[in-house]
Amino acid sequence: MTVSRDNSLAVYRGIKAAGVKSISALPETWLVYLLQLAEDDPDVHLIEVAKEEEAIGIAAGAYLAGQPHLLLMQNHGFLAAINGIVSLAMSYRIPLCMLIALRGHWGEPYPWHTQGGIHTEPVLRALGIPFEYARDPAKVGLQIKQALTFAQSSLSPVALLLDRELMED
Amino acid sequence: MKRSDCIKALYPELADRLVVTIMGACAQELYDLGDRDNFFYLQHAMGLASSIGLGLASSLPNQKVVVLDGDGSVLMNLGTLATLARYRPPNLTHIIFDNGSLLSTGGFASHTTSGITDLAAIARGAGCPKVFAADNNYQFLEACAEAFDSNEMCTIVAKVEAVGPDHFGMDIALPENAFRLKRYIKSITN
Repeated sequence: MTVSRDNSLAVYRGIKAAGVKSISALPETWLVYLLQLAEDDPDVHLIEVAKEEEAIGIAAGAYLAGQPHLLLMQNHGFLAAINGIVSLAMSYRIPLCMLIALRGHWGEPYPWHTQGGIHTEPVLRALGIPFEYARDPAKVGLQIKQALTFAQSSLSPVALLLDRELMED
Repeated sequence: MKRSDCIKALYPELADRLVVTIMGACAQELYDLGDRDNFFYLQHAMGLASSIGLGLASSLPNQKVVVLDGDGSVLMNLGTLATLARYRPPNLTHIIFDNGSLLSTGGFASHTTSGITDLAAIARGAGCPKVFAADNNYQFLEACAEAFDSNEMCTIVAKVEAVGPDHFGMDIALPENAFRLKRYIKSITN
């Protein structure tokens, strides 16, 4: 398994085309090229957090400041951030555009990822968070733009799940 | 030292700053002095007030941001001190009122009560560039004056008594608070 450099670039181009000006993230294997691209991009302000729930607060601050913001995290990080999503984002109607690396799902060889992978979609449904899967590098750019637009119009968290088909070669 | 006296002394200085407070007693004490469009009361999501402050301060480098935090909240998100230290927006002042108590949720002792856990030492160890520990009103005001004038991110840990207001109630719905602050920021940055 190797992380797809080409498809990471397709995702990053989508992030840029959507008008994102700042990103909060916690490093994870599938996101490695994306984070390198963000780090090297002088027009994007990247904040790496110690734990994903912090990013919900940072995203809220960026939104209130009028800055289009995107969150990059692994699905286990999403699971770790739920109180912030519920008590801050949902309670105050703060939009969140979350790109979530969907580890532990179809094709997953590592046992430690699997329970998080199995429970990500049911948790998203239970929280009423609209989500889609991103599998096709030709479509992911449009999906990111639509996710950001929908988050901002609905004042809600929205998730785009980055699938193995997209993120691995 | 009482937190309400600290906030009262600071209040005039908060007029043109973006202010994020934690829930409960701290929010109520600020609100009772006079609610303002530039105030954001984080009524739950403990630990995230400083993260909101970081998001605001790094998105708005020309605005001054003040976070009124508490020991219980910071203990729920200690990683924030390291993240703040790494990005250290110079326009952010992080004030942590340490009353050694989870006062708004029953007054149970927090980890700082014993005197073993020292939040100022943790902030210094995390790498926060300018950390003040204030045990009395004079030290607190001196630290605030220096912080508000500083070109560096400042962290102030103020030891206060575990006392709060005798009433709770604020006439502002949570989404209204967010809409209002967003509109206020738009009005001053356009």
